[in-house]
Amino acid sequence: MALTQDEVLAGIRDIVVEVAGIDGAQVSMEKKFADDLEVDSLSMVEVIVACEEKFSVKIPDDEVTKMATVSDAVTFIVANS
Amino acid sequence: MKIKNAQISQNTRILSVGAYRPTRVVPNSELVDAIESSDEWIQQRTGIKARHRAADGESLVDMAYAASVIAIKRAGLTAADIDTVIFSTITYPYQAPSAATELIARLGNVKAAAFDLSAACAGFSYGVGIASDLVRNHTAKYVLVIGGEKLSDFTDLNDRATAFIFADGAGAVVIGPSEEADLVGIGPTIWGADADSRDAILMQPSWVDFKKGATTNEIGWPDISQEGQKVFRWAVYEMAPIGIKAIEAAGITTADLAAFIPHQANERIIDSLAKSMKLPESIVIARDIQTTGNTSAASIPLAMDRILAENPELSGKLALLIGFGAGLVYSSQVVVLP
Repeated sequence: MALTQDEVLAGIRDIVVEVAGIDGAQVSMEKKFADDLEVDSLSMVEVIVACEEKFSVKIPDDEVTKMATVSDAVTFIVANS
Repeated sequence: MKIKNAQISQNTRILSVGAYRPTRVVPNSELVDAIESSDEWIQQRTGIKARHRAADGESLVDMAYAASVIAIKRAGLTAADIDTVIFSTITYPYQAPSAATELIARLGNVKAAAFDLSAACAGFSYGVGIASDLVRNHTAKYVLVIGGEKLSDFTDLNDRATAFIFADGAGAVVIGPSEEADLVGIGPTIWGADADSRDAILMQPSWVDFKKGATTNEIGWPDISQEGQKVFRWAVYEMAPIGIKAIEAAGITTADLAAFIPHQANERIIDSLAKSMKLPESIVIARDIQTTGNTSAASIPLAMDRILAENPELSGKLALLIGFGAGLVYSSQVVVLP
């Protein structure tokens, strides 16, 4: 069964809280990982690998470089889950 | 007529380690202007505060010689006792003859078997595995394994991804028969490659293309470039299972380890690897990268020398080594520390 946007957002929120140690309320669709959520390039790798496990989806390296915002990640995961 | 059987195999161990770091210390502050970065940013991304780089006129073999002399002396041997030399490096600036032969000439031990090994940051662990097997089967008695790099010759100080990472230095170990015949001092080597990701770390152009381009200034020097995120992901998530395999192959568990000495690529890789392998908190983790930087093949023996200097009680205890780098290639084994 395909995942909904809300389910993926909630999952990513948990992951970003764990990796970056920020308040979950800050994690919303329009936020940029690097500029708004303290997820630097290496933390982004941890976020992506955690997403792959959580949502059983494969996220190629060249897709990772395109994921600037939470929305980018949610859209990719919903479309490919 | 048949070829006679080789002698029965013997156990091996690392008898000693020696290290040489160039005296010139390069703090982050010296590098940040050229890459519009900051000390804080570099430390946060890599854990590196400073690194050593060779002085003008100081060569790769100068550094390797200094480390080798210490290792040979600590093994209670002389250069004449060394019958094989494996020099792991990717920064010897001559295609031939090898760095290993320059080193044995300097050591005054010109008859030893000598060759270079190209396995980048996994090179030292590759060398330990090969040396152990050579001794085990009596092809060699005492093998000097060197990891040495002068990466500053191949680092672009204007590259925001690599300028602050790479550094210079050399480490050496002597591998020989175990003093106690039943002591297995070097566990099975788990090694291999992921050559599909060959492009993730590169030194290019080739010498031939450089020669063609040198006259037109169209092609630059073969500095190292790398895709940081890709390498980080591979190092952390593919290498943890390799370390676990090496532990299992040695017939031990993580609880039996006293030290973890991974290639010093990036402190965040080291932390993530320890976390992924669920290493107990009691294990001493090598963090030589903070003041030595990433010295590729040299990083494990340099870190081993430091961890033993700071924790002498680790001598004789078990350590997990894991090297990984350009190729991509990897290698890991459990060893008894000298």
